[in-house]
Amino acid sequence: MGKFYNSVNLKKDLCMGCINCIKRCPTQAIRVRDGKAEIIKEFCIDCGECIRICPHHAKEATYDSPEIMKKYEYTVALPAPSFYGQFNNLDDINIVLSALKRMGFDQIYEVGKAAEIVSELTRKYVAENQDKWPIISTACPTVVRLIQIRFPNLIEHLLPIYAPVDLAAISARKKAMEETGLPSEKIGIIFISPCPAKVTAVKSPIGIKKSEIDGVLAMKEVYTMLLPLMKESVNSVEDLSQSGRIGIGWGGSGGEAGALLTDNYLAADGIENVIRVLDDLEDQKFEQLEFIELNACSGGCVGGVLTVENPYVAKVRLKRLRKYLPVACNHLDTEDTTEAKWTQDVQFEPVFKIGKNMLDSINKMSIVEELCTRFPGLDCGSCGAPTCKALAEDIVRGVAQEEDCIHILRDYIHKISDELSRLDNKR
Amino acid sequence: MNERITLKYDVHCDDFTRAGEASSSVKRKLKLMGVNPDVIRKVAIALYEGEINMVIHSYGGTIEVIISPSVIEMILRDTGPGIKDIELAMQAGYSTAPDNIRSLGFGAGMGLPNIKKYTDDLKIESEMGIGTTLRMLVYIPLEE
Repeated sequence: MGKFYNSVNLKKDLCMGCINCIKRCPTQAIRVRDGKAEIIKEFCIDCGECIRICPHHAKEATYDSPEIMKKYEYTVALPAPSFYGQFNNLDDINIVLSALKRMGFDQIYEVGKAAEIVSELTRKYVAENQDKWPIISTACPTVVRLIQIRFPNLIEHLLPIYAPVDLAAISARKKAMEETGLPSEKIGIIFISPCPAKVTAVKSPIGIKKSEIDGVLAMKEVYTMLLPLMKESVNSVEDLSQSGRIGIGWGGSGGEAGALLTDNYLAADGIENVIRVLDDLEDQKFEQLEFIELNACSGGCVGGVLTVENPYVAKVRLKRLRKYLPVACNHLDTEDTTEAKWTQDVQFEPVFKIGKNMLDSINKMSIVEELCTRFPGLDCGSCGAPTCKALAEDIVRGVAQEEDCIHILRDYIHKISDELSRLDNKR
Repeated sequence: MNERITLKYDVHCDDFTRAGEASSSVKRKLKLMGVNPDVIRKVAIALYEGEINMVIHSYGGTIEVIISPSVIEMILRDTGPGIKDIELAMQAGYSTAPDNIRSLGFGAGMGLPNIKKYTDDLKIESEMGIGTTLRMLVYIPLEE
C-alpha cells in the first residue's frame, strides 16, 4: 500500500461538483476540478466529514463486505464497544455477541477487553513519563494522522501503545491458533468498525509495522444483518462478554481518559475542536495536564460515520449497559499480553509545505500574499478551492491558475470586450 | 525573487476573543513554508505571549513579522502606559495585571520571561506614557 492511503471514495456519477465537501473538510483536502470533487490524498486524514456532509451521497467509505468471512476457515469478530450503543432496548451485550456467532463468526473477541489492558498500560506509561506530559491518546487514527502531518511538535507526546483494536487482533489471533491448531493464514480476524479511518489504519498503519486485522466490516451493515439474528438469539444467549465498565466506556468520548483514574485530563471530540486543542497545546497554553483524549468524531467512536444511531443517544445506552458491570474484567497480571508498545517511530510528514527550501517558500508565500490581495476574499468556492487563500496556495503549487477565480475571469473578460469595442470604434 | 517576506497585523486592546489571531496566522504560514518545527514552536509561543501582553497592557498596536531564510524577526509596537521597570518585568512571576485579567487565567507574570526563553534575542524599548516596542529574533538553523 502507498504511503497515503485513504478510505474515502468518490462515486463520480453522483457528484454534482457542489462546494459542500470542500467547505467542510478540516484539512482543506478537497478540490472540485472539472465539476467533480477530488481528494488530495496526502492532505486527507480520513475524518469522514465529507461523507457526512455530501447531500448527494457521492462520498462513500471503503470497507470490506461480509463475504470476506468466507475466505477463512475460522473467523473471529472484533466488535467495537460503540457497537453496543446502536441497539434500542438492549440490556445484555451477550445477545449481540451470540447473534454475531449466528451470523457465522466462530469466536468473538471484544475490543473492549483489549481496551481495558490498554488502559492499564496507559496508566503505567503516564506515571513513568512525566517529562512527556500531556500524553496524547492514539486510539483515533484520524487524530494520529492529523498530528503526523500538521503538528510535528506534538509527535513526542503521542502515546506509543497499540490501539485497543490492534491489541485485540493480536490476542484474538493467538487465542484462535491455540484453540484450533490452525495456521495463522486460515484465521480471519474481522473488526466491526464505527469508522473508515480504521480501514486506513489497517492498510497503512502508523506506529506499528503491520496490522493483524484481516477485514473491516461497517457497523451499519452488520447492524441490519444482526437485528433478526438477535431476536433468534434471545432464548439461547451464550455468556461471551468479557468487558467491564472501562472497556465499554471507550465507545464514547471521555471513556479512555476516565479510565486513567485521574481528573487531570482533557477530552475533546469533533474534528474542529480537536484541531483547536492541538493548536493551543502546541502554543503551550495548557499546563500540568497528564493526558489528552482526542476523538475526531463528535461524541467519540459512537459518532463514527459507519454507525447508525445518534451518537449522544448511543452514549446514553452505553452508560446504561455498563452501569452494573465490574469496573474492569481484564488486567495485566492475569492476561497473557504480548508486547503492546509501538514498534515504529512516527515521522513528521510535511505534506503542506509549498517550497523546496526556505528561499523558494518565501518567494511562493509572497506570491500567495499578493494573490490574496487581488482575490475578492469571498471564499465562494466557485474556483473549486475552499477559500481564496487555498486557491492562491494551489496556484503557487502549480495546480491551479488565477483565472479559476470567476471574479478575476469576469474582470478579464470585461477588459477584453472593452478592447474589442475600442478596436471596433477605430474602424 | 523575494528574499524576505513581511507580515503585518493589528492588535486591539482588551479583545480577548481575538487575542492570538496574529500568532496563529503566523504559525500557519510558517508551517506552510516548511520552517523547522522547533523554530515554529519558539516563534508561536513568543508571539502569542507578546500579543497577549499587548491585549492586556497596551491601548493597541501592530505586529510585524519579517521572515528571511536565516532568521525570523518580530517587532511588536504598542501605544500604552509603557513598562516602568523592565528588569522587574523580566522576572518570572512579577505581574502588574489587574485582578479581572488574572481571573481570566492570564497575568501570571510569565509573559516576558517566556518570550526571553523562547527567542534568541530580545530587545525592549519602553517610554512611560507613550508605549513599548519589542524586537525579538529567532534564528533558523541551516537546512541540510
